[in-house]
Amino acid sequence: MMGSENPGFEEAHLLVPREEMENLVLDDPLTTNHPNNNNSYSSFRSANSSISESTHHPLSPPVLSIPADFDPLLSPPVYQNPNGSDNNYIEPPSYADVIFSPFDDNSANEINLIDSTSQDQDSSISLSRSSSSSSDYIKITVSNPKKEQETTNSLVPGGNTYYTYLITTRTNIPDFGSPEFSVRRRFRDVVTLSDRLAEAYRGYFIPPRPDKNVVESQVMQKQEFVEQRRVALEKYLRRLAEHPVIRLSDELKVFLQVEGRLPMPMNTDVASRMLDGAVKLPKQLFGESTSVVAPHEVVQPAKGGRDLLRLFKELRQSVANDWGGSKPPVVEEDKVFMEKKEWIHDLEQQISNASQQAEALVKAQQDMGETMGELGLTFIKLTKFENEEAMYNSQRVRAADMKCLATAAVKASRFYRELNVQTVKHLDTLHEYLGLMLAVHGAFVDRSSALLTVQTLLSELSTHHSRAEKLEAASSKIFGGDKSRIHKIEELKETIRVTEDAKNVAIREYERIKENNRCELERLDKERRVDFLNMLKGFVVNQVGYAEKISDVWAKVAEETSGYARNS
Amino acid sequence: MEQQRSVSGLLQSPRSPSSQPYLSVSVTDPVKLGNGVQAYVSYRVITKTNFPDYQGPEKIVIRRYIDFIWLRDRLFEKYKGIFIPPLPEKSAVEKFRFSAEFIEMRRQALDVFVNRIASHNLLQQSEDLRTFLQADEETMERLRSYENGIFKKKPADLIQIFKDVQSKVSDVVLGKEKPVEESNLEYEKLKHYVFELENHLAEAQKHAYRLVKRHRELGQSLSDFGKAAKLLGACEGQALGKAFSDLGAKSEALSVKLQKEAHQLLMSFEEPLKDYVRAVQSIKATIGDRANAFRQQCELDETMKLKKINLYASGLPYIMPFPPCFAIFCCH
Repeated sequence: MMGSENPGFEEAHLLVPREEMENLVLDDPLTTNHPNNNNSYSSFRSANSSISESTHHPLSPPVLSIPADFDPLLSPPVYQNPNGSDNNYIEPPSYADVIFSPFDDNSANEINLIDSTSQDQDSSISLSRSSSSSSDYIKITVSNPKKEQETTNSLVPGGNTYYTYLITTRTNIPDFGSPEFSVRRRFRDVVTLSDRLAEAYRGYFIPPRPDKNVVESQVMQKQEFVEQRRVALEKYLRRLAEHPVIRLSDELKVFLQVEGRLPMPMNTDVASRMLDGAVKLPKQLFGESTSVVAPHEVVQPAKGGRDLLRLFKELRQSVANDWGGSKPPVVEEDKVFMEKKEWIHDLEQQISNASQQAEALVKAQQDMGETMGELGLTFIKLTKFENEEAMYNSQRVRAADMKCLATAAVKASRFYRELNVQTVKHLDTLHEYLGLMLAVHGAFVDRSSALLTVQTLLSELSTHHSRAEKLEAASSKIFGGDKSRIHKIEELKETIRVTEDAKNVAIREYERIKENNRCELERLDKERRVDFLNMLKGFVVNQVGYAEKISDVWAKVAEETSGYARNS
Repeated sequence: MEQQRSVSGLLQSPRSPSSQPYLSVSVTDPVKLGNGVQAYVSYRVITKTNFPDYQGPEKIVIRRYIDFIWLRDRLFEKYKGIFIPPLPEKSAVEKFRFSAEFIEMRRQALDVFVNRIASHNLLQQSEDLRTFLQADEETMERLRSYENGIFKKKPADLIQIFKDVQSKVSDVVLGKEKPVEESNLEYEKLKHYVFELENHLAEAQKHAYRLVKRHRELGQSLSDFGKAAKLLGACEGQALGKAFSDLGAKSEALSVKLQKEAHQLLMSFEEPLKDYVRAVQSIKATIGDRANAFRQQCELDETMKLKKINLYASGLPYIMPFPPCFAIFCCH
């Protein structure tokens, strides 16, 4: 194409030998024709040859093999890819058509078989998971951070400052009472919310709240830190709103709607709780206050509570479980659960590994785009230089060709960068699920601590019972009754009764948590499958679409400069 | 294209009637010889020719890198003003001196080097070239060590060096700031172009090198990602698991392609760019040579003027001396 049509070439062909650059030994396809077909020399002179003649273009789109037996979970491919066995750079219908601007939820919905009824348009990348297929939604935005002054308890003039964030909610769920409302909250309130949810929803996979970042808040620039926190808060609240049970919880409702300081139980910090417990302990030991766990307290784990005595008892029980000779009274019997737990652990490791590699991949793609762009710019500069300083026409002709290459490189660079932005969005799912694994751990811990409580109470009961038996046996030997012993037996029977009540409550709680675990695991399975499938599809479609675009760019250059190609 | 006659009409496919003179060389089969510090790579140099002074039609000799250096230095000395083709550099990093890739890059560059000489009207006539292509290994070794020995500097050279220093000192003493340079506008333009060109090409080569590296890195990360996906798939099982496994397999396949692409890019894009940078550097060397020659001529001119004045002053009849001849002038 180049050789015959372009007059400049012909001209140059005649000009060069006459010119004084005759001694120029540099490679010039117009002046030196080496018959030597030695590979190194010939391929050396035409870098294009490899691109134009290879049957399998290095950048040709990968073909995802579709299994013969269709799994209904895999939607039929929307865009059939007529197998690229022939040397087609453009395969209609082109994947590139799907990817032209950022991967938006609409196109994802087309691809996804599962009916998308969720209207979470801009919020997150996960869509159409609602198995309950109701059309309700909660959309939360966090914005407008403002600096505020602590008005009470300020010993220092000027006082403590903190930031509040405007939390706006839009919903069509009737329970909330109004379709749109806002409230101002500080981070401390979020911590409270998270604690209360943890108390109330044991056994559920509760999304973990953002870190307190004590160090970072001191070290980072204020603006940056506040923005980082705003983003984290938004993500957290949106995840809460996605959870089918938690989204309807009172705790969340109050947090989102009720202005003013969140009502908190007194002294929630660990230190003061410990102090309370330390005060109670002597009374408990000397029998002045009840040494039995009240039923309402049984539903909370011992750890972090005020009851030190209970803490000690459960600790003793757990040691006995691990090191004692006899089996504890009740154990985790659910084999299915045990297997599931192990599997979750393995899954977490694999997700973590994949997430790491995904990060590395994103970086590599980013670097590729950058370097490609720099290369293009360098060649554009070289082209400009050649045009300005050229002494012979052949130089200008060559410069024009070089410009094609340069612009192609710059275009390709832009595509790599776009591709990367999308890749990040998709592979982010892996990171999200890592966060979720934390929630799963939490739920499993709820279960085991509830079990421990049950075991402890059961041990206590059996201890009480045997004591009672001993006392009865001893007192029956004394004729006419043993007043003191009988009194003791009465007291003991009362204790046993209360402990029985507590035990029953604890067992109920344990069963409840087990059920929560089970439901959540099911939900996790279902949602995870959908999310991961979406992620894979999105990722692959992106890769293919951009690979097509990039290969088109190079194909064009190859065509434009095909005159240089050597048919060796 | 193969059968097309070159403009100079000197070169043709070996299969054409042997009445046309031809000289074609190839550098092949690198072999590592020797042990430890003494180890080196030898190459087979195959010459196919019908030149009268050559042992034709085919001759094979064994040469090593320093032999090529010998040839380049000889040509540079004898063919002043001609742009001598550049040689690949020594390896900066000891570790890679014998890596397959480095050896292949060097072999390719050496092949190009010799072929450029062989296709150059003047250079191909060089006796040193013939020696290089035809002499047996012992002769080559002898020549090479003699020339590269510590007694390389001939007496004439030493005197010249002394004179250079002398003139530099006198320049400073007499208050002359700049060394004398040709005042040829077109030549100046050319020099400026060459110097600028080197910068541009060097930058392009730097980015080409990075691009090769990026391809390799992307290939590696795709491979790692593929493995991770496969593991995740094994954990997931069922349809989702299969999807992950497929993704993993494709990733790994892509990775292999990327590594190949990186290699291709290296050999067909970066190496040639490097070669052009070297070539421009070689041109600069020739330019330097020219500047030296010009300076020498100016100095000798000066000397001659002084001597004439002395002669005149001494009262002897004025005899027109021969203008000094310097056969150093090169192409313009």
